[in-house]
Amino acid sequence: MSSYSVTEPSLRQKWVAGILVVGYALITILPLIWIIATGFKTPSDAIAYPPKTFFTPTVEGYVNVFTTRTRLSQEQLQALGEPTTWYDKLVRKDGLVISGPSRFAERFTNSVIIGFGSTVLCIVLGTVAAYAFSRFKVPLKDDLLFFILSTRMMPPIAVAIPIFLMFRSLGLSDTHAGMILLYTAVNLSLSVWLLKGFIDEIPVEYEEAALIDGYTRFQAFYKVVLPQAATGIASTAIFCLIFAWNEYAFAVLLTSGNAQTAPPFIPTIIGVSGQDWPAVAAGATIFLVPVMVFTILLRKHLLRGITFGAVRK
Amino acid sequence: MAQIRIQNVRKEFGAFTAVRSSTFTIEDGEFFMLLGPSGCGKTTTLRMMAGLELPTSGEIFIDGEEVGMKPASQRDIAFVFQMFALYPHMNVRKNISYPLVSQGMKREAVSARVADVARILRIEHLLDKPVGGLSGGDRQRVALGRAIVRRPKAFFMDEPLGALDAEFREHMAEELRALHDRMGATTVYVTHDQLEAMQMGDKIVVMNHGVVEQFGKPQQIYDWPATKFVAQFIGSPSMNFLDFEGMIGIGGDSVELGGVKVHVPAAREGRAGRLTLGVRPEHVAFRDDAPYRGRVSAVEYLGTTQIVTLSTEHGDVKARISSGQAVREEELVGLDFDARTLSLFDAESGKVLISEGNEGVLAHG
Ligand SMILES: Nc1ncnc2c1ncn2[C@@H]1O[C@H](COP(=O)(O)OP(=O)(O)OP(=O)(O)O)[C@@H](O)[C@H]1O
Ligand SMILES: [Mg+2]
Repeated sequence: MSSYSVTEPSLRQKWVAGILVVGYALITILPLIWIIATGFKTPSDAIAYPPKTFFTPTVEGYVNVFTTRTRLSQEQLQALGEPTTWYDKLVRKDGLVISGPSRFAERFTNSVIIGFGSTVLCIVLGTVAAYAFSRFKVPLKDDLLFFILSTRMMPPIAVAIPIFLMFRSLGLSDTHAGMILLYTAVNLSLSVWLLKGFIDEIPVEYEEAALIDGYTRFQAFYKVVLPQAATGIASTAIFCLIFAWNEYAFAVLLTSGNAQTAPPFIPTIIGVSGQDWPAVAAGATIFLVPVMVFTILLRKHLLRGITFGAVRK
Repeated sequence: MAQIRIQNVRKEFGAFTAVRSSTFTIEDGEFFMLLGPSGCGKTTTLRMMAGLELPTSGEIFIDGEEVGMKPASQRDIAFVFQMFALYPHMNVRKNISYPLVSQGMKREAVSARVADVARILRIEHLLDKPVGGLSGGDRQRVALGRAIVRRPKAFFMDEPLGALDAEFREHMAEELRALHDRMGATTVYVTHDQLEAMQMGDKIVVMNHGVVEQFGKPQQIYDWPATKFVAQFIGSPSMNFLDFEGMIGIGGDSVELGGVKVHVPAAREGRAGRLTLGVRPEHVAFRDDAPYRGRVSAVEYLGTTQIVTLSTEHGDVKARISSGQAVREEELVGLDFDARTLSLFDAESGKVLISEGNEGVLAHG
């Protein structure tokens, strides 16, 4: 436990700090609020000028993002009879009928599988590698660590063409496994370096105590080191997930029918039936949820984690 | 309970030799001190005994069994680290029971043992607390609890009191010693504090630069140091050294110190050349008619005794005398050395010359 000796800030200092923080939060959160609000607007409200702050909310955008719809003539509609479900009713007033589910759910699932899959893989490999680098005599350790770091020195997309060709000949194009591998490869350097920093901070004595207490090296690793590296693992996982989740360029290039993730899919919504901004916003909002939930769940660790161990227990 | 024997143990870290050819024996039930200045290889020696470090060469026996290549988990020993190394993600009870759980002990047996240990260490009220908020002394007790709960063959402690403040150290030192006396388990204790070593140890090994300088009972080491390093490291103020050019033959019982004849214990080996006479401050007395003279340069009052610093033609000499004796600075006094207690060192090698006094203690090869 650390003891802080900080002089109590004055009331004015508190106010200034408060205003700055709230101001900054507003600036960063405003686009987010805009997107969320647009998701609940009608298409005409969404493009109204001046922008509407108050509007009658509708879930049309959400219905639209999950469905494909067809326009029918008045006679055809009459022939169909009364709509049976609330979402049928909702689209019927525009003279449309739902002709089937859209591919959004599928793309979203792909994002979840690829995003979390690569994060898990990254953390598992990263933790083991970082532990080895931190605790064992690895020949050429510094060179290896530098090499690992150097893979981050250029933008990953710079190697898009070679990867595209490799994936094609390996049959990894447009597969979940391919995308998981790719994102893991990109994130692994970050994961190894971050985690090594965290594991370096854990005194070796803990493991030695466990070794003497009769545990094997592996038991000492997962019973003593892992729980203490939880903070580091959580923050590293968030970084990895955010990258994999938001990645657009590789996803456009390497995926199409089967393993396409949500980021390249969402813009394609625009074309389906005119400029359906509420549907795009609804898709984006849903897309935000997993990362937000994940971050909120791990935020306790994150706070300590992103200070990179500067705060000692 | 165990006897531990260290035989020609050596440890190199790359080109650097941390421990050179150490040999000593720790008897069953002893409270054994590894003493030496910082960086002399105490921790390395202890870690090799514990199995946390592999010796480069040499053998380590626990109860007659060579354990050099055995991992720590199979040596049945307990280790108390300097920073305690309590598992921060577990509470006190979990910390103490952890070594038992690893042995697959039944849950009821574990809680009985933990309760037992908690009672001995008087930490029952802390059992369900997280270790994070404990005071230094309580952490120390929990660390001890984790060590004793398994009833291992031996305890290894690396400066276990180093993190405590001076007042509490003394208290814990007593407690530790009492605990040891009650359990009678072989204990190896690392410290760089010579006073702690003298107070607590049944036996002491003095190390310097990876070399075992001397090993024996505290009083033997204090009275009859084997080297100048030991003489200087142990005792406060340390032994006075008077360097002179001279000689002593086998059987000789005096040396010529600046023209003054000084009696020493009868020599068992002779030497000529640069010699050093070693005198403990409490063996220097003032006698007006003594031929060896010194001028008082400083007086330090310590309660019942005082330390008087005198300049002589062979350097400064400190004397510990009763505070009742009046001493004035700049006063010229005659110095009398207690002949039965003196040591003569070879100034080059730093080794003591065997004499009638120390031959019983030092079995030189
Ligand atoms: N793993 C290591 N690699 C390289 N050198 C080491 C290693 N461990 C210890 N040393 C060196 O070996 C020497 C002895 O170290 P050791 O820790 O045994 O000293 P010590 O007597 O315990 O000192 P202290 O009182 O400071 O704890 C030191 O000079 C130290 O720098
Ligand atoms: Mg040490």
